[in-house]
Amino acid sequence: MSMLSRVAERVYWLGRYLERIENTARLVSVYGNVLLDLPSPAKLVWESLIAITGSGEDFASRYSQADEHNVVRFYLTDRANPASIVNSADNARENARTVREMVPSSIWEGINDLHIYLHDNVDAALSRRGRDAFLGRVIESCQYLVGCMAGSMSRDAAYHFLRAGRYLERADMTSRIVDVGTANVFPWGTGGRDESGAPRESDPYESILWMNVLRSLNALQMYRRQVPERICAEEVVAFLLQDENFPRAVANCLQALQSCLRHLPRNEAAVNTVTAAIGHVSQADVGALLKEEGVHDFIDQMQIEFNALHAVINASWFEPQA
Amino acid sequence: MKFSWQNYDSHGFYDELIAERGSARPAGSAVAKHIRSLTMDEIRERQRAAELAVKTMGITFTVYSEGTNIDRAWPYDIIPRTISGSDWDRVEAGLVQRLTALNLFIDDVYNEQRILKDGVVPRELIVESGNFRAACVGMRPKHGVWAHICGSDLIRDRDGTFYVLEDNLRVPSGVSYMLENRKVTKRVFPELFAADNMRPIGEYTSHLFAMLASLSPRTGQRPVVVVLTPGIYNSAYFEHSYLAQQMGAELVEGGDLFVGADDCVYMRTIAGPARVDVIYRRIDDLFLDPEVFNPESTLGVPGLMRAWLRGKVALANAPGAGVADDKAVYTYVPDMIRYYLAEDAILPNVETYRCGEKEPCAFVLQHLDKLVVKPVNESGGYGMLMGPTSSAEERQAFARLLRANPRNYVAQPLISLSTCPTICGNDIEPRHLDLRPFILQGAQHYVTPGGLTRVALKKGSFVVNSSQGGGSKDTWIVDCP
Repeated sequence: MSMLSRVAERVYWLGRYLERIENTARLVSVYGNVLLDLPSPAKLVWESLIAITGSGEDFASRYSQADEHNVVRFYLTDRANPASIVNSADNARENARTVREMVPSSIWEGINDLHIYLHDNVDAALSRRGRDAFLGRVIESCQYLVGCMAGSMSRDAAYHFLRAGRYLERADMTSRIVDVGTANVFPWGTGGRDESGAPRESDPYESILWMNVLRSLNALQMYRRQVPERICAEEVVAFLLQDENFPRAVANCLQALQSCLRHLPRNEAAVNTVTAAIGHVSQADVGALLKEEGVHDFIDQMQIEFNALHAVINASWFEPQA
Repeated sequence: MKFSWQNYDSHGFYDELIAERGSARPAGSAVAKHIRSLTMDEIRERQRAAELAVKTMGITFTVYSEGTNIDRAWPYDIIPRTISGSDWDRVEAGLVQRLTALNLFIDDVYNEQRILKDGVVPRELIVESGNFRAACVGMRPKHGVWAHICGSDLIRDRDGTFYVLEDNLRVPSGVSYMLENRKVTKRVFPELFAADNMRPIGEYTSHLFAMLASLSPRTGQRPVVVVLTPGIYNSAYFEHSYLAQQMGAELVEGGDLFVGADDCVYMRTIAGPARVDVIYRRIDDLFLDPEVFNPESTLGVPGLMRAWLRGKVALANAPGAGVADDKAVYTYVPDMIRYYLAEDAILPNVETYRCGEKEPCAFVLQHLDKLVVKPVNESGGYGMLMGPTSSAEERQAFARLLRANPRNYVAQPLISLSTCPTICGNDIEPRHLDLRPFILQGAQHYVTPGGLTRVALKKGSFVVNSSQGGGSKDTWIVDCP
């Protein structure tokens, strides 16, 4: 039986919100740990985290300084931040509640469980001591849900929309993290410049920077197996954008998205759009882009393509016909 | 210290579990015995586990006008209410008899109107009723059935006799909570199930689906059945989504459906329009079709009545079925049973005064302090007067309402609802309850073994509605050896 357009849209957003919760939890967790590695003033590290999600203005309008406490609050408990974990969890649950008949009850219960846990424990996560356990549990719950979906859902339209939402959200997050990594906002490694602003030969913290970028995507180990040499910008950026096998690399996400869309009816426009995006990512010359400082513009272009992808998915399946 | 039933006293009300001091009724003996083997701390621990299970399972209900917190955990008490199988068999026969007669009545009212012509039920009571739908006149739904799903509220008097308090024929709700209560009990009190031989209830949704499928206007293919909900803000949304999920049916909102040029109903899907055969609608008649009823309605589907009248789609319950769901019409149900079936009612009605008639009305006005007065057309316990607990001012104000529109009211003596042991803080105390079984009628009948037991959590209160602080219990029909 075919799926209601309204329901398809809800399922797609459920996939996006769950992925957003996990990504945000990972980011905050890794940043907490980076602090311990670094000599530089901590404050700046937290500012760079705000930059990743493009929330600088929103943050500045409500907080006087980007210190650890404020930034963590912004991402975990801030009701006014639409992308905070508590808001994403509410949205995920609300979407799940309207599509309960589509997902196995173990998933509905898992989402409720996550929701209850979040609301009961999020305050403890504001302290550095409680944070790791909290974020670990949140990430685990998200992974549990992904596992439940893989293990218990028929490969029907609901499953494909759920995954389509997940992969588009994931591609978007990875591209943002790469963008920030190359955009000189990290205080401890810049790819690098000296005091006068001139490019530096080598930066002592560059490898720590990229190591943490990889960590925030849970990619360090997989990267190491793929690229045994020293960790450097060109290899990492190429890995995170173009690797076809790592599940958080942009190219892999887009290919997964493409295979979801291929299973859906009336998919021509959407499949064409994602195929074009895959071509742009895989054909990019990362080395040249880094040299010309063109990574930021390139990622801007990718973000435009992600928006176009969302729009074509919306027009193909969610907007009412007849 | 283990819990003891010695101090449990239901003060003369019929208690479902404990017959007299300390000794359990046969159907409840295993439950009572098990509770006796626990300490109060252990019992409360189970209750807490149950409350967590309710939250995790996402069993919720919604209270109107509560701002942003629209979704509340369902109140549930772990001590089951037990009824013996032999008592139940009689109730079941009574419910089938009742719904059969009610459907014959509705079909008659929209067609020949024999019962009105014969003066058994006053014509003006029906045709002037706010629940009579002129648009339905002449319609003959499949099987002659209009009310496919009925929820009847039963109570037990001091001697344990079951009475019917009302029949809900429009969009009765609660069945999902009945099913979920059983699951919660299994989760937190599994050892109770070992001792007893209780009737299973889990098949309800299969029967519901089969009944709905039997209404399909198209034959020869698997019918497309959908559940039509007003949406997430409706108080019964949990149930709509639950039933759709359990039946494997689509849960649709008005905006998901449209009526095509061929008068068939379609839903908007990712693959384009798909035809719908049967709609289990959970929205009121007046919101079903803005072309025929409330033109402001955005919940319904323009043209839906046209599709139904032309036999292109089945609606359950049928529009207009509510004509028999009114507290004034209720008083005639025993007469209907005699008229259509030539039988006496197996289940008695509660004695009811029709305020629309002169003498009963005068009697009611004189005895407001002893009676419960209800508007004929409300549900959920809204707009009623509880005489015995009311103040003189409340009675005066209500008398004015009653005199202004006597036909809008009926009155009943305060019936002593039966009780059941319920966890109240640190103790187990008797609390009053009612019972809503669900009856299906399509080509055949089905009655849920038991039903939804609602319990008034406040001491001495008879108000069991969840919207007014009521709770619920798992209900067991126990076959005693």
